[in-house]
Parts: sequence; C-alpha cells; structure tokens
Amino acid sequence: MDKKYYDNLVVSTAPHLVTNLDTRKTMLMVIIALIPSFGFSIAIFGPRVIALTLVCMLASMGFEWAYNKLMHKRQTVGDMSAALTGMLIAFNVPSSFPYWMAVIGCFVAIIIVKQIYGGIGRNVVNPAITARIVLFISFATEMTTWPVARMSGIDAETSATPLGILAEGNIADLPSNKEMFLGFIGGSMGEVSALALLIGGLFLIWKKIISPIIPACFIGTVFVIALAYYGLTNSDVSALNMAIFHVCAGGVMLGAFFMATDYVTSPIMPLGKVIMGVGCGIITMVIRLWGSYPEGVSFSILLMNIMTPLIDQLCIKLKYGGAKKNEK
Amino acid sequence: MSSNAKHLHSIDAGHYKNTAGCATETMPIPDVVKISMSQHIGAPCKPLVAKGDAVKVGQLIGDTDAFVSAPIHSSVSGTVVGIETQRSAMGGNDTLVVIETDKKQEMWEGIKVPEVEDLAGFVKAVRDSGLVGLGGASFPTHIKYNPRNLDDVHTLILNAAECEPFITSDHRTMLEDAQDIIDGMKLIMKYLNLDEAYVGIEANKPDAIAKLDQMFAEQGLTNMHTFTLQDRYPKGAERVLVYEITGKTMNAGVLPADLGIILSNVTTVAFVGQYFRTGVPLIQKRMTVDGSAVAQPKNIIAPIGTMISDVIEFCGGYKEAPKKIIMGGPMMGRAIFSDAMPIVKNNNAILAFAEAQTNIPEETACINCGRCHHACPFGLLPTALADAYDRRDAEMLSRLQVMQCMECGSCSFVCPARRPLGFINKLGKGVVKEAGIK
Repeated sequence: MDKKYYDNLVVSTAPHLVTNLDTRKTMLMVIIALIPSFGFSIAIFGPRVIALTLVCMLASMGFEWAYNKLMHKRQTVGDMSAALTGMLIAFNVPSSFPYWMAVIGCFVAIIIVKQIYGGIGRNVVNPAITARIVLFISFATEMTTWPVARMSGIDAETSATPLGILAEGNIADLPSNKEMFLGFIGGSMGEVSALALLIGGLFLIWKKIISPIIPACFIGTVFVIALAYYGLTNSDVSALNMAIFHVCAGGVMLGAFFMATDYVTSPIMPLGKVIMGVGCGIITMVIRLWGSYPEGVSFSILLMNIMTPLIDQLCIKLKYGGAKKNEK
Repeated sequence: MSSNAKHLHSIDAGHYKNTAGCATETMPIPDVVKISMSQHIGAPCKPLVAKGDAVKVGQLIGDTDAFVSAPIHSSVSGTVVGIETQRSAMGGNDTLVVIETDKKQEMWEGIKVPEVEDLAGFVKAVRDSGLVGLGGASFPTHIKYNPRNLDDVHTLILNAAECEPFITSDHRTMLEDAQDIIDGMKLIMKYLNLDEAYVGIEANKPDAIAKLDQMFAEQGLTNMHTFTLQDRYPKGAERVLVYEITGKTMNAGVLPADLGIILSNVTTVAFVGQYFRTGVPLIQKRMTVDGSAVAQPKNIIAPIGTMISDVIEFCGGYKEAPKKIIMGGPMMGRAIFSDAMPIVKNNNAILAFAEAQTNIPEETACINCGRCHHACPFGLLPTALADAYDRRDAEMLSRLQVMQCMECGSCSFVCPARRPLGFINKLGKGVVKEAGIK
C-alpha cells in the first residue's frame, strides 16, 4: 500500500491558539452592561426609550454600513461598535428628543468623528460624547427639556435636572441622595440611575473588559473636589451629602464607566489611566462649580480624549526612559 | 521556598492537558527512519555513514567539529539506504540519513556507561550522549553545563513548568522517571559544585510536585526543592522562570549562568541520569501526540527519525483530515507543511488539528485596548512596536525594547483584533539588527 502523506498543511506563525474574546464580543459585553440602565430608563420614562434607542442604534449601524459600502472598505458593522455608539448616543439625550435630531447625532458620531478619521480604532475623540456635545450646542432647547420621571411624584410635563436646580442655586429643592442614587430624577435617558450604571460598570470590571482605574479616579476626584468645595465655602449644607450628590448627578456614572473607558480614546498604561480619570474629574467639577453650564462630564471626556496620545507618550517615556532594570 | 510576592504578567491560555493521565507507550520500531543531521542550534552534523552501511542502535552516524553542535546516533539497527535532502520546517534544507530497520535493535558495541572523574569528563560525556535542550530550544547541553564563570554558579533550576497547552510529556517524565531526574540533578550538582536545586512546576501538576517532594524527603536530599509556579502562560519561559523563582530580572542576552544559575529542562536532566546509568545516547524521545485530528491522543516514546505519519498511525491514525500539524506546543510551536517529516531530538509534542481548529480569524483594526501590554511578561508595548515596525523605525523599535521580546505570543493570543503582534516583534528585531543598533 502506498503511503499517503498530508503535505498541503496550513503553515502560519505561532501562536496557533487565540482567545475567543474578539472585538465584537468586547462590544457586546459593553452593550450587555448597559442593559440595567436601559431597563430602568424604560421603567421611568416609558416605551419611547426603546424606540429612541433602536433608532440611534440602527442609524449608527446604517451610516457605518453605507460609508464602508460607498468607500469600498471592509464592512465593519459586524464588530458591533457602531451599535454601541448608537446606544450611548441615545443614553445621552432626553427621552423626548426628536428622532431626526438623534439621527443627526449618529451621523456626526459615525461619519464625521469615526469614519473620516479612518474607522474603528482611529478616531481621536469618543464618537458618542462628541455627538452629545454637537446636539447640545445645536439643539439646546430639545436637549434640555427633561420629561418628568414617572415615579418622582412631580405633577408636571417637564422638570429640571438636579444639576439644573443646583445651577439655579436652589440647593433646598434638590432630590434626596437616595432618589439620586436609585435614579428617580429627571435627566438624559441612560444616566439617571447611578445604581443601574454601577451594576453595569462592575460587570465590565468583573469580566475584565475595562480596568477600574479610570472610573475610580474619575468618580473619586469628583467626590473629593465636591467635598472640599462645600466643606470650605458653604456651611449650610453637608459637604458629604453634596459630594455624594455630585457623584450620582448628571453623566458622571455613565461617563466614568462607559465613555471615559473607551479603549480607542483612553490611555493604555495604568499611570495614563490615572491621569485620564483625575483629569476628567477635575474638568467636570470646574465646569459644574464655576462654568456657565450646569454639567461638564462630556466636555471633560472630550478634552481628555484629545490629551490621550500625549498622556500615552509621557507614560512610555517614563517607563523606558527612566531607570532601566539591568540587574546582574 | 516561598513564592515571590510579585509575578510577571501572564495569561490564561487554557491547559488542554488531555493526555496527563496517559502513561507513556513505547512505539514499535518503524520500517524506515530518517535521522536529521541538524537537530540542534548550530552547525549541522556531517553524516559518518554511507549508503549500504549496516548500523546498530546507538552508533554514531553524524558529527561535526563546530563548537555549537551535538553528535547524532542511530536510533535503530538496520541498513542505510540513502542520504536525502529535505526542506525543513525552518525553511532550510536538512540532510537526512535514511535507515531501513531490521527490527532486531542490536546494540552498538561501543556503548558503555561513562566513567567520569571531573567536570571536563562530565561535559565530554554529555556531548558524547548527543544531548540537546529537550524543552524545545535544542541548544547543545554540554555547553550549558560548562559555564565560563564556574566559580559564580551556585543554583540549579529545572524547568518543569510545561506551560504550553496540550503538552504533558515533561509531566509524564516526572511521574515515570523521577529517579532519573534526581540522579541527573545529583550529577550536575556534583560536577558543577552547586549548592541548591529548584524544580519549577506549575500548580496544575500537583501529583508531580508531591512525588518529587516525597522522593527528596525519602532520600534526604535537603538541598533539592520543588517550586510551585502559577499555572499560567508563559511561566516556563527561561527568563520568566528565573524571575519567579529567584526574583532576579534577567534581560535578553543575559545568560542564567551570569546570575549564578544553571537552568535545564526537566527531561534533559532526566536523560543525564539515564545516560550515566545505561550509556545509551539520545536515540528516543517521549512526546505528547494530541490535537483534534488525532484518533487516540497519547504519550509515546518514539525512536528519533520516526516519520510523523508513523507516529500518528500508532495513535490510531487521523480521525479527521489534518489541516495543521505543529511540532511543539500551540503557543510557540512550529507549524509544518507535511507529515512526511521525521521526529527530532527536541520534539516534545506533535499536535494535529482538523480544519475547524485551524482557522485563525481575520485581522481587524487595533482598538487600543492595551491587552497586549498587560499580557506581556516584560511589559512591552506591542501596539507601539507594531507602529514603529510599520515605519521601519529601527531607533524607535530599539527604544521600545523590542529586543527584550522572547516571542512567547501572549500578545497575539489576547489581541481582540487578531493582530499577529508577536510575529511583528520578530520582524522588528530583524529591523533593529539590520540597522546595527546596539
């Protein structure tokens, strides 16, 4: 019998094993982590949350698909990053926000911020954050008309956000920290419940999708600055209460766990992540306490995104330029 | 010895130690063996036999005067039917001595137990045995056991981590040939005048750890210890192992001997013990045969020169057509293009995979997640290195320490975008070498 050899084998470089956690699974994990907040938002703002989220996700994926098609690039819709961007855009607008305006936001995020710079991995700033800022500046009225949370017990069509109330100087009218933490307050769809976002964030940390450094430094800095500010300037209120309020209010939780941790636009070295988190916290609080806008999370993340390449450069230099380990 | 508080970065690459419970089976002598003349790092040997010559088991059939080399012995008795040239897995050409076996396995008259009095005699005996590093590097062992700074070396470290997934041959050596390991350790420690010995074993082999601990205790060997390593990849990489056991940082280009350490693979040391008991040179090898295409995964002992196709046949043949065959483990092993290739000294595994396990998914864009950096035992920045390689920027590659890369493949393993980062580092090293940057 003639011997049969297999001599058409695949030859490739080692390693011949790879993890099954690819880009698509990573993005899906983040989407899963957003579901608690999504569910909570449906509960307090009603079914329009579902419709608006779907519109944003589909629009983002549509823009990504069309751009790749038009430019004859490899199709990247399947990696789910566009879907995640769409979801985050929806989470950053009020539940009453007009659909067509949301679609404009998706256009800005996917086409202008992401694809024109070279697609996934090449964007300089976070697409969802930039879309929020563009929408905020372009459609100021719609972006700041907040439907009342169903269970907040307020008898009105619209209400102010807690940070809006604070900016007016009415500290006495602020919701309790318990309401803030659970999320029975006015605000953007996905950012009202600190608790739901915390659950999602801890899930991502547990699954090792994100490092805890950026969220911890971001939230910690906001807390410490608020504590110091109210402790030093205002003896009428409890500084601790106000510090907890600032952590739970606005976009801090959503921003810290889901936006500032975006791989592409945040540093990779641990020290860089510390700088990123602390920087976001400082800018957020400077805008909240002394700026003309009530909320500063999106601007802080945008500014730190721009700094990211510089932060990474600095950390690399420190790592390899300093004392070299050359024990003998 | 207590474990270091600090560990180098590592990854969970899975274990797949399917054959850990498979006692070693000795393969019958095949009809034909093809013995390669380059089974070590360094200059290939020249065949000392010609077509028509009769050879016996253990007979010297290849040698060279080159410093970095090890002689080659016949693994069978029979007749040389030709000297062939074959394209090797490395891409070069190998000279193969083809022997038709007579299955009598008559021993060569020249075989005798070595009589050694001093280090020079020990080193010569080790060279005569044809021993090379059996962990995979195939560096001639006698050079390792003859350090320039003999007075400075004090510690023997045995690498029994076996951190590569699938492979269990070192594990089986520890369970089946523990006395050989201890004998080998004693010889090395005696002639190199070493004080302490550590056997680094990953935590996933508690039976091997217990067995060696027990034997060290029973035989009163108070200066021999096992050291339990984390069962993560790549704890068995030389520089990682040295750090984990001694806490000493070992940069690329530094030899273990420079840190006072003689470091050898556990199977290599077991062979030393065996050789000084029997005098039979390195003519057979224990290896793990596994993978999704193999019908009966096993641990086997096969004569060196056995064709891989014969090895697979002994393991029940292919249950599915193989699409990829790897010599060694899946993390650092070499994919070969044909199973018409012979077993060499440093083979510790043959893994044959069917099509479903062969497809490495398409490469996509880097998302800057930093997983590669956090996976790298030395904290290198594979993404930055790949960018520098794209620009062929030798200076930047060198500044980012590309030469420290040991090509363990951890970065490629964890990359969610499926980038071949470890391989890019290998190319990057070439760029730095070409530019002549020190």
